[in-house]
Amino acid sequence: MAYAAVSGGREAIEESIKLLEYYKSGTDKDIETEAVENKLSLLVDRVMSEAGLYAKTYAALALKQCEGAPEEAVFLLRAYRSTLARNYYTRPADTENMRIVRRISAAFKDISGGQILGATYDYTHRLIRFDIDREHPAALQRHMRELLAAQKPEKLAPCPRVSDELKKEGLIDNCSQSDEAPHDVTVHMTKFPATRSARLQTLSRADSGFISGLAYSALRGFGQVHPTVGELRCGYVELCVPYLFDENESICIGEILITEAECFNDAGDRDCLKLAVGYGAVFGRNENKAIAMAVIDRELDAGGRYPAQNEEFVLMHGDSLEMNGFISHLKLPHYVTFQSKLDAVRKSRGPKDV
Amino acid sequence: MYSDYNFAFLDEGSKREIRRASLKAVAIPGYQVPFGSRELPIGRGWGTGGIQLTLSLIGPDDVLKVIDQGSDESVNAVNIKKFIGLCTDVRTTANSREATLIQTRHRIPEIPLSDGQILVLQVPIPEPLRIVEPREEVTKKMHAEKDYAPIWLQLYESLVKYKKVTLASEYPCMVAGHYMMNPSPIPKFDNPKLHKADCLYLFGAGREKKIYAVPPHTEVVSLAFDDIPFEPEHFEGKKCRLCGSADTYLDEMFDALTGEKLYQCSDTSYCKEVRGACV
Repeated sequence: MAYAAVSGGREAIEESIKLLEYYKSGTDKDIETEAVENKLSLLVDRVMSEAGLYAKTYAALALKQCEGAPEEAVFLLRAYRSTLARNYYTRPADTENMRIVRRISAAFKDISGGQILGATYDYTHRLIRFDIDREHPAALQRHMRELLAAQKPEKLAPCPRVSDELKKEGLIDNCSQSDEAPHDVTVHMTKFPATRSARLQTLSRADSGFISGLAYSALRGFGQVHPTVGELRCGYVELCVPYLFDENESICIGEILITEAECFNDAGDRDCLKLAVGYGAVFGRNENKAIAMAVIDRELDAGGRYPAQNEEFVLMHGDSLEMNGFISHLKLPHYVTFQSKLDAVRKSRGPKDV
Repeated sequence: MYSDYNFAFLDEGSKREIRRASLKAVAIPGYQVPFGSRELPIGRGWGTGGIQLTLSLIGPDDVLKVIDQGSDESVNAVNIKKFIGLCTDVRTTANSREATLIQTRHRIPEIPLSDGQILVLQVPIPEPLRIVEPREEVTKKMHAEKDYAPIWLQLYESLVKYKKVTLASEYPCMVAGHYMMNPSPIPKFDNPKLHKADCLYLFGAGREKKIYAVPPHTEVVSLAFDDIPFEPEHFEGKKCRLCGSADTYLDEMFDALTGEKLYQCSDTSYCKEVRGACV
């Protein structure tokens, strides 16, 4: 009989994994984890951001383990994260004290503290460099180190937020500081309407592609159309946790690299206009995701009839793990439910077809 | 067993939280209890709600059975068993009577389960009202107000249009006279098994972060009108080609050579048991 059920699973799975290992073995050249971590940093950043776990080496290991598929790497990191107990919540980190490596504003030419172009692909020509294959990595690194060593360190001027100036002028609403404990989306189900902390966490962990597409839809007319990037900054933020033996003291546990964005929109304010801010912050260097997040944050505040303005639509469908998990489950057998569906279809067609 | 990981993978705090949610679910039959669903090494949407329940409940003395579409041997069932085996070392079985803990997808075993047994069902979409209302914020209120009119209306409309209730699997039912519940994508054929059973039914939805339960001896009534009774799938005049059973849920298959339509028990362990008794 030619019918082959998807069963006798154990052997089939073992052979499938063997074939996967064969595909992965690819060539006799190895990709060192250290190289992935340091030379595919933007990919590592994206994976850490979508996984919600800041662990560069583990992200690199995960990428190596899964042939470089971001969603698989996110999956590995998230699953690993489930095995760790959450021991601390950090104190709120004030990003005004960020050790800035890049900072720009599309709203004002001159901003207090100055614009710092930093490293960006924005002004490169996207031409494939065919000679990159002949690079000598050690010599290249030495050369770059020498260039760095020749630089004279300059002290960074304090960089207050661009939005602070506008708040002083009364053009942006001044929100009171909230010390409410954030809702932790990794241990509690999000309820709707969602708290702001739940919204920001969910957006920050969202799939980069999903959130960019959604923000794009808002820019194209399915939303408020074209906000202004008030400020985009990227840099290192120090994280502190409460000291175990004295709650008033903090211990610094290290610093993380983040990208932060603020976008301005105009908004109605009784009989006049004001500016409203959307906020985005993500792990690593990922500017488009941070900006997209800020766009969506503002769209959700505004509300409306478009997908990007619908809180449940936005917050429930952007998680890489969840979307890819559910889509891939369609490959599982559905014999029983399909049989039931067939039964319903046949019955509705009357006795002659049953 | 992987010694790098805790017994049953999750940390003890997470397991306790899942058990607390399960207890609440038992206390309010049919109510969907939100919980902080953890990510697992298994695909989200591949039974992670059920697996988290299993991991939170399992102890070294348990005997575990995992089925998918009624089969102990299907790839997904094997894969879940393999994962739980890696982090617990508990004994597994295909025998539905012998298992203390049964995790299942899309079926309830043919034999009635006894007290002392827990059936864990994997749930993709826990919300029975989702087919009529996409917003969680609204469906929560509908449950609180017991406002189930839109579902009744849908049943009525399908009767008017097709002269039959066209809802297939995931057929909604009322639990203990209050909450409307999605029994998970089991066929309508299995719905009556939920009613006043001796065992505990736990439902886990990992992606949707919900746990709910049908405790033993609870009234579970599939939706039906007074004059149009609930109608499960039926297989009149058909029987299993292997064991001859005519009272089980059957999988339909085709012989590729003859084109003949054949039927076979979907519950493979039951089918084997019947054949054992016959031989």
